Amino acid sequence: MTLVVQKKAAFAMEELNLWYERFHALKDISFQINKNEVTAIIGPSGCGKSTFIKTLNLMALRIPGVKMTGGILFENQNLVTDKTDLVHLRKKVGMIFQKGNPFPQSIYDNVAYGPRIHGIKKRCQLDEIVEEALKRVALWQEVKDRLKRNAFDLSGGQQQRLCIARAIATKPTCLLLDEPTSALDPVSTKSIEELVTELKENYTIVMVTHNMQQAARISDKTAFFLNGEVVEVNTTNKLFSNPEQKETEDYITGRFG
Amino acid sequence: MHAKVADKIATGILYVVAFLFITLLVSLFSYILFQGVPYISLDFLTSPSSTVQAGGGIRDQLFNSFYILFITMIITVPLGVCGGIYMAEYAKPGKVTNAIRTCIEMLASLPSIVVGMFGLLIFVNTTGWGYTIIGGALALTIFNIPVMVRVSEDAVRSVPQDQKEASLALGITKWHTIKTVILPAAFPGILTGAILASGRIFGEAAALLFTAGLSTPNLDYGNWNPFSASSPLNIFRPAETLAVHIWAVNTNGIMPDVQEIAAGSSAVLVLSVLLFNIIARVTGKRIQKKLTASK
Repeated sequence: MTLVVQKKAAFAMEELNLWYERFHALKDISFQINKNEVTAIIGPSGCGKSTFIKTLNLMALRIPGVKMTGGILFENQNLVTDKTDLVHLRKKVGMIFQKGNPFPQSIYDNVAYGPRIHGIKKRCQLDEIVEEALKRVALWQEVKDRLKRNAFDLSGGQQQRLCIARAIATKPTCLLLDEPTSALDPVSTKSIEELVTELKENYTIVMVTHNMQQAARISDKTAFFLNGEVVEVNTTNKLFSNPEQKETEDYITGRFG
Repeated sequence: MHAKVADKIATGILYVVAFLFITLLVSLFSYILFQGVPYISLDFLTSPSSTVQAGGGIRDQLFNSFYILFITMIITVPLGVCGGIYMAEYAKPGKVTNAIRTCIEMLASLPSIVVGMFGLLIFVNTTGWGYTIIGGALALTIFNIPVMVRVSEDAVRSVPQDQKEASLALGITKWHTIKTVILPAAFPGILTGAILASGRIFGEAAALLFTAGLSTPNLDYGNWNPFSASSPLNIFRPAETLAVHIWAVNTNGIMPDVQEIAAGSSAVLVLSVLLFNIIARVTGKRIQKKLTASK
């Protein structure tokens, strides 16, 4: 039984703890994130959900004074205790941030940035990667005639999709989305949500969101965080219709947070 | 009502101050130009200076100024940018970093005449080079490195954090992120710093008096061998710059047209700095456009 679960799991957390100096931000986190599913992380502000998602690609280590114990199993490796090759890890685990953050370069160069630095130099190969990535995020039709234009000319939603394309271009297996639609209008939000649903065929997706409707709409599993602890992890349907914990129910019915 | 009055007064004061500055600048500039421009001629720019007779030019001084500027920038910019990157990206906050920062600030406030004396001891006497262009350039480097480090550090720090994170999250190493994301974005700031430093170098006299010297050997502009004594490109020859020349003719010039030479040289100096700034900014914009694909 455990073997089956292990095989399906992209990330397996075991008593993961994280401190910022004295502040205990993540407490004994233990659950699994399955491959090719959308896992939503919900919870009130300051519950540790953004911190948690940053541990999955070890971006959390950039914060001064951070300390981690426990385990995050990814590709048979414990990210916390083993000496992890950050370049490899972050190629495999792409991240999309709250606000679209393209580089001040052309659309083409933004998408080609990762592959180029990871060693792909041939123009035709890069062209192919860029086209494929932009098609994957449904941006190709809109930008194919202006690939040389600055990425800042795009709208907010387009910029966010460009950032997803940029992450996809390094051929990851997982995508981490940290409140990817919090700065977008409803129409752009819808397009990103549709995109996420499509992408889960090929990628494992972890998404932090403060929007419970969004979590309910597009995720397969939901984890509810509170004060640095995981209160409940369940299939999204179950968690929203019939939560096991009192705190979860209070939160999703809007009694706090 | 009270706040409105205060607002009006503050606005008024700021306008007056701005006006004063502009008037000062314009009058200074036009004074130098009106005094000097009539003496600028092709002959003035292309003939060597004379020590006794009237009619000397500033050919060598003008060349020396640009050449020393060039050599100094070749040393200063890479060192300054590296220092700035170190301070912004690698230095961990703590005692050592604070000590480095204090040293840089101390260095920035050294009077240039002190830098000149230091240069005399080290680059002229200890090395045994005598008065040389490279000695002058090194003295100017000492004097400009703090500005360059400071400006580069600020420029690197002002690059948005989210762009840096975007690059790191793609699995790009820190050095590659600095090279491909941070430096292009910091380029305008670094360029401004370099232009400011150039202006100071161009106008500097005190630090060069004791390092690059007050004389220039007979130069043969057809000789491009940088190791030959009469080549203008030789960095181990003494070189009087334009700013030093202005000081020298004013204090101990014995030619009859001292006033004219000083006025003409000043105008050339000011115009050169202006021209240099404009060219540097235009090229900078071009490079920036290429780096960022902006319209």
